[in-house]
Amino acid sequence: MIALKRDRGALVLSFVLPLAFFSIFAVIFGRDNNTTPTVKLIVVDQDQSQASRALVKGLEDETSLVVMTRPGAKSKNAPAPADYTAATAETAVKAGVAPVALIIPEGFGQHPIAFGPGAGGSTLELLNDQSDAIAPQIVVGLLQKVALTSMPSTMADEGMKYADKYVGGFTPAQKAKVDEGLQELRKAEADGKTNAGSGSNSAGAGIVAVNERAVVGENKKSPMISFYAAAIGVMFLMFTASGSAGALLDEAESGTLERVLSTRVTMTKLLAGKLVFNTGLAFVQLVAMFLWGWAVFKLDFFSHLPGFAVMGLCTAFAVAAFGMLLASLCHTRAQLGALSTLVILIMSSVGGSMFPRFLMPESMQKAGLLTINAWAIDGFEKVFWRDLPVTDLWPQVAVLVGVGVVLFLIARRVARRWEYA
Amino acid sequence: MTASVQKAGTETALEVGRLVKRFGDLTAVDGVSLQVRAGECLGLLGPNGAGKSTLIRSMVGRVIQDSGRVTVMGHEAGSTEARLALGWIPQELSIYPRISCRENLGSFGRYYGLKGHALKEAIAWCLHWAALEEKQDDVAKTLSGGMKRRLNMAAGMMHRPKVVLFDEPTVGVDPQSRNRIFEMIEALRDAGTAIVYTTHYMEEAERLCDRIAIIDHGRIIAEGTKEELVEKTFGRCSQVLARFAGETEAIEAWAKRHDGRVTHETAEFTIEQAGEIAPLLDDATKAGLELVDVTLRRPNLESVFLHLTGRELRD
Repeated sequence: MIALKRDRGALVLSFVLPLAFFSIFAVIFGRDNNTTPTVKLIVVDQDQSQASRALVKGLEDETSLVVMTRPGAKSKNAPAPADYTAATAETAVKAGVAPVALIIPEGFGQHPIAFGPGAGGSTLELLNDQSDAIAPQIVVGLLQKVALTSMPSTMADEGMKYADKYVGGFTPAQKAKVDEGLQELRKAEADGKTNAGSGSNSAGAGIVAVNERAVVGENKKSPMISFYAAAIGVMFLMFTASGSAGALLDEAESGTLERVLSTRVTMTKLLAGKLVFNTGLAFVQLVAMFLWGWAVFKLDFFSHLPGFAVMGLCTAFAVAAFGMLLASLCHTRAQLGALSTLVILIMSSVGGSMFPRFLMPESMQKAGLLTINAWAIDGFEKVFWRDLPVTDLWPQVAVLVGVGVVLFLIARRVARRWEYA
Repeated sequence: MTASVQKAGTETALEVGRLVKRFGDLTAVDGVSLQVRAGECLGLLGPNGAGKSTLIRSMVGRVIQDSGRVTVMGHEAGSTEARLALGWIPQELSIYPRISCRENLGSFGRYYGLKGHALKEAIAWCLHWAALEEKQDDVAKTLSGGMKRRLNMAAGMMHRPKVVLFDEPTVGVDPQSRNRIFEMIEALRDAGTAIVYTTHYMEEAERLCDRIAIIDHGRIIAEGTKEELVEKTFGRCSQVLARFAGETEAIEAWAKRHDGRVTHETAEFTIEQAGEIAPLLDDATKAGLELVDVTLRRPNLESVFLHLTGRELRD
């Protein structure tokens, strides 16, 4: 501990570096609003009809989309560029300006929508960059929704056509009544008095009325802050733990270890003492990380103290034992450096320290459960995001403590090579 | 803590009984038996690979013997009582380089179970004994080689052991610091501490050790005071050392004729009477060798060692 206090480089690596990494991730991912990323969408309206314009307006009103109908001006005083064409839109997608481009063909307004395939509706073209698998899906989903809600008069018109067809034809009086209603609807639509295209945030926007109610995180602004505090924290804890445990190798090399073992201190006591110290060090690192999150990124830390304490101590214990095992397996500091870098980076990427596990394929999510990172992150998520009681942490606590005990026992067994000749 | 004067005398502080230790096919220690009394310094001399380190580590309890017994103050080596009675100053500088002298001593004191006032007293005593009081807050790696050696010794003395094992404590140390170390060891011996001292330097063994055991190939091949060893090995013989100017082959041939040997350009002979010198020198003159220097002396420890092992101590 004294050596660590005096080694400024080690102190920086142990505390400042994790905070810096956490801050970078928090700034990138810790938004105040929702977690759905916005998608840039280029729209080319070749039809320029009332229907196509209504569709474009509906898309522009969606908060998840950033709709671009023309390229950005090159400078403030430069004249506004011309609207995108199909060709320039395709070029823009290839150049990475936007991941998706929507081409509304000429004639769309005459047959904008149809119920069922082969019913004669227009086909819109979606140009996309395959490296972004999510953007086209978001656009298609929102497009369906906007198409149904931004053109109520067109919807009604098509609906009446189907009704006319399947009831065996309206009477002239019925047709006149339908036409009158459609005229009023079109007028209201033109005057902006309908709910068309009111954006994905409003309740009731769509055919089926939906009332959204957040049951998790309803009062939280930055869901990813606590995630990354835990995720980055665990990864750096592992690096620090293995580095700190490497002091054992220095002692073995210098002969100090043998001298210590000639005193009243047995190998078990020595390793246990180092485990306690490294657990404490790891816990202090976590506290620093979360306090930084509270101070800079408004993480709600103090109302989750009991859960944090439980998860923090269990995580610290598990990573300390992990570091001890790595050190015991190696013969030199250089070996430890190489092995720990390899193992920790693999565990961190699979376990969700770099990338949330819920975005991974299911097989990778299951593989992540073999890592300390996954269990630690899940536990902190339960505390800080789901506001679950401490008693609900029992699976994470059981696994982390159990893993810590097993890893320590294995380290103790491996360390026998230093015990006696 | 006041410096307590322990009784020197007949109490057996350390006993090794027919110790055997093998590493695979190699027998590192082969039936070694020895005793060290309180207030006595036993020198352990032997060439590299003789088994000294294995023997020392068996006394410390770091090596589990295949057979035989080691006891420290009557307790089995490696037991808690034995560890508390034994201090070990290893050949390597086994201290923490990045903390101060005081902090080093504090760490090792805690390893021996010292705490509170007892720990503070022990630190103060060790700093005084090692003459490191002015350097107590200096980080260990900034100390000179001699000071590091003294700190290394002090770290093994925190618990005021009754038996201390010194494994070549003056390696790489300047003469002034070495002298200081000798004074420290003599003070311990005079206070009644039993000491086992291994060294490659004959003059150290002659100055510090009451008795000397010579070990080679895992066995004690001779044991006794310096005078006893010389007497047993050479009887009343003396040594003649002669330096000649001339061809090396001629000098070696002449020395061989008279059962002598040439070392470092000096021919050595063992004679029983002074009258044997003249015929030696006459034959050298006839062989065309020009005498430069001649000395007559009683054999020393180095002579004993060389005679018994066939090797120089520093080989």
